[in-house]
Amino acid sequence: MTKIPTKRAIKFNPKNLGEIPVEIITADLLIIGGGNAGCFVAVEAKKNNPDLKVVIMEKANIMRSGACSAGMDAINTYIPEGKTPEDLVRWSRAQVGGGPLREDLALSNAKELNEAVDDLERWGLPILRDEKGKASFRGKWDISIHGEQLKPIMAEKAIEAGAEVYNRVAGTGLLMDGERCIGAMGLGVRDGKFYVFRAKATVVSTGGAGTLYKSYTADSTDSGAQIWMCPYCVGSGYAMGYRQGAELTSLEQRWVATRSKDFCGPIDTISVGYKTPIINCKGERIMQERYAHLGGEAAPRYIRANAPMEEWLAGRGPTYCDTRNMDPKLVDDMMVDYLNERPSFVLFLASRGQDVTKDPIETYGSDPYIVGGHTMGGYWVDIDRMTTVQGMFAAGETAGGNPNKFVGGCAAEGKLAARGAIKYMEGVELPELDMDQVNFEKERIFMPLLRDKAFEGVSSLEMKERLQRLMDEYAGGTSQYYRTNEERLDYALKHIKILRSQFQYLKAKDLHDLMQASETMDRVDVAEAVCHHLKARKETRWQGWQTRSDYPEVDNDNFDCFVESRRNPETGEITTFTRPYEKIVSGDRYLS
Amino acid sequence: MPPRVNLEKCNGCEGREESFCEEVCPGDLMTVGEETMRAFCRNNRDCWDCMSCVKACPRNAIETRIPYQLGYCNATLKPFMGKNSITWKCIDIYGNVKTYSYKNRLEV
Repeated sequence: MTKIPTKRAIKFNPKNLGEIPVEIITADLLIIGGGNAGCFVAVEAKKNNPDLKVVIMEKANIMRSGACSAGMDAINTYIPEGKTPEDLVRWSRAQVGGGPLREDLALSNAKELNEAVDDLERWGLPILRDEKGKASFRGKWDISIHGEQLKPIMAEKAIEAGAEVYNRVAGTGLLMDGERCIGAMGLGVRDGKFYVFRAKATVVSTGGAGTLYKSYTADSTDSGAQIWMCPYCVGSGYAMGYRQGAELTSLEQRWVATRSKDFCGPIDTISVGYKTPIINCKGERIMQERYAHLGGEAAPRYIRANAPMEEWLAGRGPTYCDTRNMDPKLVDDMMVDYLNERPSFVLFLASRGQDVTKDPIETYGSDPYIVGGHTMGGYWVDIDRMTTVQGMFAAGETAGGNPNKFVGGCAAEGKLAARGAIKYMEGVELPELDMDQVNFEKERIFMPLLRDKAFEGVSSLEMKERLQRLMDEYAGGTSQYYRTNEERLDYALKHIKILRSQFQYLKAKDLHDLMQASETMDRVDVAEAVCHHLKARKETRWQGWQTRSDYPEVDNDNFDCFVESRRNPETGEITTFTRPYEKIVSGDRYLS
Repeated sequence: MPPRVNLEKCNGCEGREESFCEEVCPGDLMTVGEETMRAFCRNNRDCWDCMSCVKACPRNAIETRIPYQLGYCNATLKPFMGKNSITWKCIDIYGNVKTYSYKNRLEV
């Protein structure tokens, strides 16, 4: 039985740490996060070596967990006939304004890409094809799929391949042997156990970080998670490694995208797929009117992302994706696309009685996210996808330096990380379990549940919301049109320090709440790193993704490079530095 | 109001270790009340409206609703899982009905 069954959460009120059971599992390969990348790591690892013991630690249930919960309507990177992996790298480079970019990672990924997507079709994912049987390209690199079953399809394959899936175990911290990662620990969200996974190699594929910033539609009753990014991806994967000294890259290159207003549903998918331009309240085509010199409709992504916000700020809002006069058949196709990726957006339109052929879809910017599968923020990894912490690998949104991966690229990267991990683990011996480390982490995680009745303290929700408003107002959130400056970032960092000093007051009422407490602490850690990165890049290279009001221009003399950070595991002190950009693929950096 | 559970149709998946909605929710939000023996969402504000619970419920007892902050009340969207296909029925606030049907799995 490779899918360990789960149950309803127990009522758990331990009086002391001794009452918390510890479960120790030994494996060859540990995968934290059974999502898009994680499932591909598992399948590839077992394919390479069927005798490997591969374990997936998944905080939800692998069948529908993570960003692919509702499905996907498109695969946004797939190389068409006549184009090469180098061409894809050139496009990706131009999309981030000419880089910097880890071209080595981008190229190795692009070479694996089509095969990984073809795997999905072989596993049952419907790729839309024309009468001649060719994949229907809706954009330069984008193909349409009916991906409502994407996640179950990938999960089933991971299980079929023989991975042991521990559902409802939320990863909290790495297990270390000196500076080497030898596994990870996690909280049993239903059974209240403390899990220790010893493994020769660990892949962190926990997705990106949403919910660091306050969503502009958050209210006091039902609205708070209507963000584009999965709200259950909070950045725990980044936090775990960062706390152990792993190097992060490019967190200042946050992902902000034009999304449907209020609901934060996909928009790129329709403006690309259905050729519906972004317009302002006067009906002007924003991209052509104001950004023709940057490519108009084909301008880099961050220009497109920021454009509606600039219109609003200038008093020319609302902004829309011009779906008026669309052919009704195309509207149906578009609705099917939405039903495959974010079905509730169809309900949103129905909840407004909106006929999009008369009333165009309103657009706005999203809240900022850290997602290494879309922009570059994530771990600095080598060509084998190993981070700067020995034995810890990253795949998918957690791996930085290579933007524009999306579904296909995360799948490809899963395979690459699996191969890297297998190569690394040869000859690796696991040391005796360090119970001091285990007990330290157990205490850190369970403390909020061990409070007595008189304990005042703060809930995970309160601290999360405090952080989110802090980030929104001071670190360039939507309410600030993504702008920030040195003094605001220093303010944010000052308050983040206070938040950290108040972790000791966190309280949780049950296991679900306890998981939230752990996630809240992880968010604070990642948010702190984001602020340092935004501070370090003293220029504005990618407006919207990274806007410095005090340094509004590009500074190629000083910042045509990667911005890196590392946190000292003992002192918690963060240092930032740079790494040079290396151009590998020929061609003008700024042109695709 | 993200997932709304019909208390007449729901029976807490009596007899199972966890209810279907509880098993599938990516946010660990759905669970079953000890006294009520009916499913409920721990915190509406955390719901992403992914509709995994709606799809998983064997009694079609769950419906997704958009928070009033974003959309008006009484529109519905219901998925019906078929063999290698899915059908969605959508009714807007004016009573207009639309149905969409497509394949979501290839025969392999």
